[in-house]
Amino acid sequence: MFPLTEENKHVAQLLLSTGTCPRCIFRFCGVDFHAPYKLPYKELLNELQKFLETENEEFILDIPNPPPKKIRLQELEDGIDGIDNLSQNGEGRVSVMEDGSIASKNSNLNVCNVCLGILQEFCEKEFIKKVCQKVEASGFEFTNLVFSVSFPPQLSVREHAAWLLVKQEMGKQNLSLGRNDIVQLKEAYKWITHPLFSEELGVPIDGKSLFEVSVIFAHPETVEDCHFLRAICPDCFKPAKNKQSVFTRMAVMKALNKIKEEDFRKQFPCPPNSPKAVCTVLEIECAHGAVFVAGRYNKYSRNLPQTPWIIDGERKLESSVEELISDHLLAVFKAESFNFSSSGREDVDVRTLGNGRPFAIELVNPHRVHFTSQEIKELQQKINNSSNKIQVRDLQLVTREAIGRMKEGEEEKTKSYSALIWTNKAIQKKDIEFLNDIKDLKIDQKTPLRVLHRRPLAVRTRIIHSMETRYVDEHHFHLYLKTQAGTYIKEFVHGDFGRTKPNIGSLMNMTADILELDVE
Amino acid sequence: MATEPEAPEPAVPSLVDRYFTRWYKADVKGKPCEDHCILQHSNRICVITLAESHPVLQSGKTIKSISYQISTNCSRLQNKVSGKCKRGAQFLTELAPLCKIYCSDGEEYTISSCVRGRLMEVNENILHEPSILQEKPSTEGYIAVVLPKFEESRSITDGLLTQKQYEEVVVKRIHATTAAS
Repeated sequence: MFPLTEENKHVAQLLLSTGTCPRCIFRFCGVDFHAPYKLPYKELLNELQKFLETENEEFILDIPNPPPKKIRLQELEDGIDGIDNLSQNGEGRVSVMEDGSIASKNSNLNVCNVCLGILQEFCEKEFIKKVCQKVEASGFEFTNLVFSVSFPPQLSVREHAAWLLVKQEMGKQNLSLGRNDIVQLKEAYKWITHPLFSEELGVPIDGKSLFEVSVIFAHPETVEDCHFLRAICPDCFKPAKNKQSVFTRMAVMKALNKIKEEDFRKQFPCPPNSPKAVCTVLEIECAHGAVFVAGRYNKYSRNLPQTPWIIDGERKLESSVEELISDHLLAVFKAESFNFSSSGREDVDVRTLGNGRPFAIELVNPHRVHFTSQEIKELQQKINNSSNKIQVRDLQLVTREAIGRMKEGEEEKTKSYSALIWTNKAIQKKDIEFLNDIKDLKIDQKTPLRVLHRRPLAVRTRIIHSMETRYVDEHHFHLYLKTQAGTYIKEFVHGDFGRTKPNIGSLMNMTADILELDVE
Repeated sequence: MATEPEAPEPAVPSLVDRYFTRWYKADVKGKPCEDHCILQHSNRICVITLAESHPVLQSGKTIKSISYQISTNCSRLQNKVSGKCKRGAQFLTELAPLCKIYCSDGEEYTISSCVRGRLMEVNENILHEPSILQEKPSTEGYIAVVLPKFEESRSITDGLLTQKQYEEVVVKRIHATTAAS
């Protein structure tokens, strides 16, 4: 059923004769159900012709014998086959049409002056197939997708002009047309293309999908169409730091909302003129949202940094905790890059024993995302087999929220440490026993000198909950501590030039130093 | 001489040995024997301390008081540093005075920065207990902490002596005094 009614005739005729395509005509006539838009372009043009010529004999003035329908249809078909040539030869076909009949003149197969081809060739199966070919070639694994499309800002200007034109025409019939009565270009575009994508790729479209297919259109020919807006509404177009052009869609929309009708009409033709070429496809990109993998790691090396240690392009120490774990994940998930974070961290020369430290890795733009728990187990085994410096456990896929929860724990936890202490004075067993009895000792730590170059200078109060000692010899003993999270243990032992008070040295009234440290 | 922790097993490097490089400036501001020792951390932070040969550290000297008020308008105690970039820090040149040490024998010594950079902090512990300065001049008795500009972190030691060069200067002095006496 053709969606337009008698009421729409004048507007449809006007728009068609000024170079607007059938689907845009539908939009301006408020056709808000999907079915009509999905019909093939040929058919729509045909139906529109038929609709317009019924009871409109008065339109055909100059021609005594309007060309028979059959010929017209033939011309139409010729014209439609030529759509693909439009980009090279936009106006080419017009002369073929112009054999006197105004009705045939109206079967304008030029580039639509409102959508610049978006609702002509760019929403049809052939184009969608091209996009899907690219999607399949990109090698992503996905079970649904979200489709995002970006149009050149000039389209908003043309839409605005067409609206003013149609509003005026409808005013003659005492009808009003609000901005919201018109169906949005993007909406109509998605109505048509979503089912085509689903069919071609075999997956549903889901707004929440992590897999995004994005298409960006541009129209270099009319790039300057927006420029007049800057003269009239300069404050809408403030240059932002990262943007190449100041004429963003948002800025253009803002200006269009502000500008007065008279001012607009002075600067921009209503109806908009017909362009020579359709839009160009600037970009077809696919990207998958990040996935997260979490677990716990143990560190058995006293020579392994958390992150790669590179100074002036030179690697100072081989490998790092994050690389030993993430490199395998990067490969298996076929991701572009990773972000490693952990609940706290330890120094290069400190071992992580016990249950291990929680960590989470964000895998950016992964091409493979579905793994069975068996596969994850095997991945964990692979990581553990490849290095004896670290071991991983509880490897699992998690959500983004998991990272927040992991970081929360950082501040609240109590940490257990094991240290080997050296003293300058000779000690006996009894000299260290008093340390066992100290409970909840408050210490003040100024930012240690060894991190002062990259941390603010401050004093941190921390609590040493309890300690246990084990005598080794006259100058050594083991110290086990349970402390508040965020305590600098090394500085608590040697005092950091007296900037951590009290410290083991001050408590024992001698000079103490730390030879080894392990964290549980 | 100060009583520095003597490692009974010389094999155990001290905290300073492990993380710092010792640089020296002798006869600072032309004053004989007023030697300073700058401990430069591998992260470029400098700790200003007195060298063993400094008069204040010689036996028999008693410190009456220490003051960070180096002029009517400037007290190093007022130094306030905020943020990672250490904004608000007093900027020091090589000859900038850090503090004044008053001894019971009437002698007065000015300690200089010897290094260009932002003043992080001065040691308030020695204000309350000046003896720490003499007992542990290389650790608890430090004078100040200075953060040089990143671009200058290598060049600041251009005008300073290495440990070896300093030791040669001290040896020369001893010979000079022996020769004189």
